Order: sequence, then structure tokens, then C-alpha cells
Amino acid sequence: MKKFLEIFKQSLTAFALVMTAITGIQTKVEAQADDKTILGAGSSFINPLYSKIFADYNQKTGIQVNYQSIGSGGGILQLTNKTIDFGASDGPLNDEQSTKIGVPVLHIPQASGAVVITYNLPGNNNLISLTPDIIADIFLGNIKIWNDPRIIAINKGVDIPAFPILVAHRSDGSGTTNIFTNYLSKVSSDWKTKVGSGGAVNWPAGLGGKGSEGVSGLVKQTPGAIGYVELIYALQNKLDYAKIKNKKGNFIIPSIASVTAAGNVKLPDDSKIFITDTDAPDGYPISGFTWALIYKEQNYNGRSQDRATKLMKLMWWNIHEGQQFAEPLNYSPLSKEALKVAEKILKSATYNGKPIL
Amino acid sequence: MDEIKRISKRKNSNGQIRAESLFKRSLVIIGAAMVILVLGILLTLIIESVPSIRSLGLKYLWGTTWDPVNNIYGAAPFLLGTVLTSFLALIISIPFSFAIAVYLGEYNPKGWLSNFLKNTVELIAAVPSVIYGFWGLLVLVPLVRSLEMKLGILPYGIGIFTASLILAVMIIPYAASLGREMIRLVPSPLKEAAYSLGATRYEVLTNVILPYTKSGLFAGILLSLGRALGETMAVTMVIGNTSLIPTSIFAPGNTMASVIANEFTEADHAVYLSALIELGLVLFLVTVVINMIGKRIIKRFTNE
Repeated sequence: MKKFLEIFKQSLTAFALVMTAITGIQTKVEAQADDKTILGAGSSFINPLYSKIFADYNQKTGIQVNYQSIGSGGGILQLTNKTIDFGASDGPLNDEQSTKIGVPVLHIPQASGAVVITYNLPGNNNLISLTPDIIADIFLGNIKIWNDPRIIAINKGVDIPAFPILVAHRSDGSGTTNIFTNYLSKVSSDWKTKVGSGGAVNWPAGLGGKGSEGVSGLVKQTPGAIGYVELIYALQNKLDYAKIKNKKGNFIIPSIASVTAAGNVKLPDDSKIFITDTDAPDGYPISGFTWALIYKEQNYNGRSQDRATKLMKLMWWNIHEGQQFAEPLNYSPLSKEALKVAEKILKSATYNGKPIL
Repeated sequence: MDEIKRISKRKNSNGQIRAESLFKRSLVIIGAAMVILVLGILLTLIIESVPSIRSLGLKYLWGTTWDPVNNIYGAAPFLLGTVLTSFLALIISIPFSFAIAVYLGEYNPKGWLSNFLKNTVELIAAVPSVIYGFWGLLVLVPLVRSLEMKLGILPYGIGIFTASLILAVMIIPYAASLGREMIRLVPSPLKEAAYSLGATRYEVLTNVILPYTKSGLFAGILLSLGRALGETMAVTMVIGNTSLIPTSIFAPGNTMASVIANEFTEADHAVYLSALIELGLVLFLVTVVINMIGKRIIKRFTNE
């Protein structure tokens, strides 16, 4: 027994040594965040746009931005742990996350994204139209067949076959699901009470596919399937998607312009709002902002004022010059209203209580 | 002369003895580090699942609703999905791995055909699981779908059955390789004695080889079951990922490993994250229990 204890003690020491070494290496990595590098992490949705913006920013200013596309949740966690300068998220902080951070966090809109309804109806070449209540009933599992009288009624002249409907949804937690379920909760009280909204929900019907490619794979393979993916993904992969009736009663084709239009409404001062089911007459209803997240008070963790200023300049660049890269990459640039609010939010950031910009 | 002196001096010196004991001690320490690592993982899983255990209690194990929005977590559908896919895969794979083991171990142990077959089977284990996932999605799913259409059930194509098929293919090499080695280890005097008594090849197989290698074959099956329980990527791609209790083997379902992989990165509140980690803990424990049962069975067989 004594011998065993001896061995145990020795191995613990060895283990501790290894751990110390690992921690040492880690500290070194963090220390690499020198004055010319800004660290960010979060949303994978915005990663292609950020890559382009930051490469251009590096050329013009010599400042490097190291952005890690680890998912919104991971970005928020790293911001909470103060290991990065800014986070990026497809949804605003929820109450629990805000409480955990404890200090005010600014949400700066970066661009808009949208979720489209994609489907597989063999022999049909026209865009189909859908209304909010039909979408909700399909995803609730209430409408089970394509030639339901309600679907036929709004698709006059379109050949709708009598296929059974197969619902495909995301199996992994995602900002796409968050926007989509948020929309459904707004337009259907049934959905709100039975399912609710979030990055992952308890789906009442259908199959789950991992990632956009999983969902679109299910839809492509199964005649009669319906699912939802990001607009960018649908555009790049040339998927069919439906026209959707918005709040003002217009049927809107999802496009870069109609998504930007959705954000051109009166926004709250903190921009922390889902713009789903927008009031804009020409806006696509399942749209949402993606945000960059920074601490309102930039003097934390012994950060220099210089670093804070560099971060603010980068954020300013993102919402102005950076916007020109959005459209070529199929992102929807910020609307006029959104830009106004974003500028105001950025100006409210402080260092030692004094405004930075 | 000097050379000999030096060697003899070193041989007798204390330094040599010290080096020997240091070597032995480092072996023990490195070995023990593994034990600490496993215990550490278990400890981490337990500590991190405390919030979930506290808020959900034992109901977690038989609850059937997995609702992150309302913070209700029940692992029963995933527990069932994991056990169902793994054992179904095992049942499908046993005839194949057994046949390969017997053929390569006894009937055709040498030659190019044997080598080719052996290498091919081993290659199955080396292929990354995501490739199986793709193959399953593109080839197996349409096949299963047409089978389902013939049987007159909802033609999803993906589900528990498809996942089990993929798993079965993935785990064949484990049982097959171990079985082959075991069969080769049967002492030839035993076999020769049986042949000299007039036994046919089949009789030697059933009366000498199988009784002799029983525990080894079983260990191989156990190893493949362990692999099936934890497989994530390929299963996620073809199982359908619904959190409903599967109603038949063709129904979509989900496994513990695939739920963790799917939802971990975006779990945005503490209990949710903790519930996912508890899922990992349950998976860990299930694996341990199955391993222990296996060890017990092997022991019983070998003590006979």
C-alpha cells in the first residue's frame, strides 16, 4: 500500500509538471496578441465576409485580425473569459449569458443574413409561395401532404404534386435555427407555446441533418422534402426556395436586396432585436442581423487605451468600408437605419468612462 | 586494457544500478499516468454534470423529452438509440467477422489471396468515419429507401437501421483480426491429433478450434461493440437526428455520441451544457459496464 501511494505521488508530480508546461505554452500563445494583432472569435456564418474584410484591413493599416470561426456560443464564451477583443454572434446575448458577463456588452450589427425555405418538388419549375401560418403548420407536422387545400389556394397555376411532406431541420445548434424558430414563434402562437425559439429546439416533426449541407442533402435526396438553410448557402448551391408572405401582405423572394430592406426599419438603440417578421413592405421576413460583441467599458484586464482605440477603428471600418465586400459574397449589407444605430452604439463605447471615438 | 577496465568499472558501479531502477520507476510512472488520466476524465465529467444532476435528478435517465428551450432534458431516446444501433450492428457484423476470421485463420492462412483479403479488411478500419458517413448518405440511404418502399413503411431512408448497417461495416475488422490471430494460435498438436482420429476439417473447427479460442473471439466482439457505442460522425449523418423514441428499427433516432457532437458547440445555457456533459458521463459508464460484463464472461469461459 505504501509503495502504491509512493507511485501515485510520483505520477501526480509528473502530471502536474506536464500540466504546468502546457499552461506555460498557452500563456505564450496569448502573449502573441501583440499590439498589431486583434483577436476575435465566434459566428461561423460571418467568417467568409470577415476573412475578406480583415485581409483588406491588414493591407491598408498593417493591423492583423485573427478571427476564429468557432460558432456563436464559443465566441460568447471566449468574450466572457476575456481572451479575445471581440466576439461575433448570430443572436443577441440571452439573459443567462448577460448575467454571466456581468458588465454591459455592445452589439454592433455587421451584416444581415436570411433563412430560406428550400424544397424538393419534382416536376415543378415555378417558385412556390408560402404564408407564415402554412410554414408553421408544416414544421409543426400539421400539414402532411403537399396538395393541401391551403397550399393550393395560394399557388394558383403552379403544379403541386401529391407528395407527402418530409420536414428536414438542423440537428446541430445554430444561429440559422435561432432565426427561423424566432420567426415561427412570432407568426404562430401554436409554435410559441409548443416549441419556442432557440439555437436548438425540440422539433415536433421531421429529420435532422448536420449543418446546412446535411439539411440540403436531405432535401435534395427526398422528393417532397422541405427544409431551411441560409440564403448564402442556397444561392451558392442553386437550391429552390419559396416566396414568403411578409407582414404587409407582399410575397417576397429572398434576395440580398430584400434582406437588407428587412433591416431598414426603426431599430432600438442597442440593436438587440430579431428583425424577423419585419414591418418593411419590401423586406424578406426571415432575416436577422449578425453582430460583433465588445465590452462597453474597454479598460478591463489591463488593456491599453491604444488597443481599445485600434479595436474601435476596426469596428468602424467593418460597418463602413467593410460593407462593400458584403454583396459580392452574397451577404446583405446594413441598411441605412441599421448603419445609423451601429454608429451610435460604437460611439457609446468608453475607456475609463470617456468616449473613445 | 583501459577499455576492459572501464567496462568492468561501469558494470560494478552504483550508477548502473541507479539507472536500472530509474528506468523501472519511469515505466511505472508512465503507466500510472494513464490511470490518472482516465480517473481525471471521469472526475471532470462528474463535476461538470453536477448542475444538470441537481436540476433534473434521476429523471434524466428515463425522461423522453429533450427540450433545450424549456430546459427539460431526458436522455432515454438517445440511450435507447445508442444501445439499439450498437447491438444491431453487432448482430449484423458477427457472421462476417467470424467467417473472415475462420477463413484467414484456418482455411487459407497463407498466399496472395489471404494477404489481399487480410489487408482489405484492415483497410476498413483505417478509413475515416466521415467517409463512411458520406458513402452511407449517397449509396446506402437510397438502397434502404427503396427497401422501405417495398416493405410499405415511410421511406425516410435514414434511421436506426441504416446507421446500424454502417456501424456493422465499420466494426467488422476488429472482431475479424483478433479472431484470426486467436485461431492461428491454436497449437497444431491439438489439431493434428484430431485429424489423426479421422476428424474432418469442419469437425476440427467446431470441436477443437472454437472451444480453444472462445474467449478470444468474444473479446474481439467486445472490442467492436466498444467502437460501435462511441462512433459519432458516420452515425450522425445517417440516423435522422430526432429526439423521439424510435418506434421501429426503420424509424429515425439519435445516439448519445451524436447528440453531443451536434449540440455541444452552441449549447448556450449552463444546464444545457451540463446535460450534454452528463450524456457523456452516461456513455462513459455504459461503456465501462459493458466492458466489465465482457471481462466476466471471458473469465467464466476460460475457467471452464
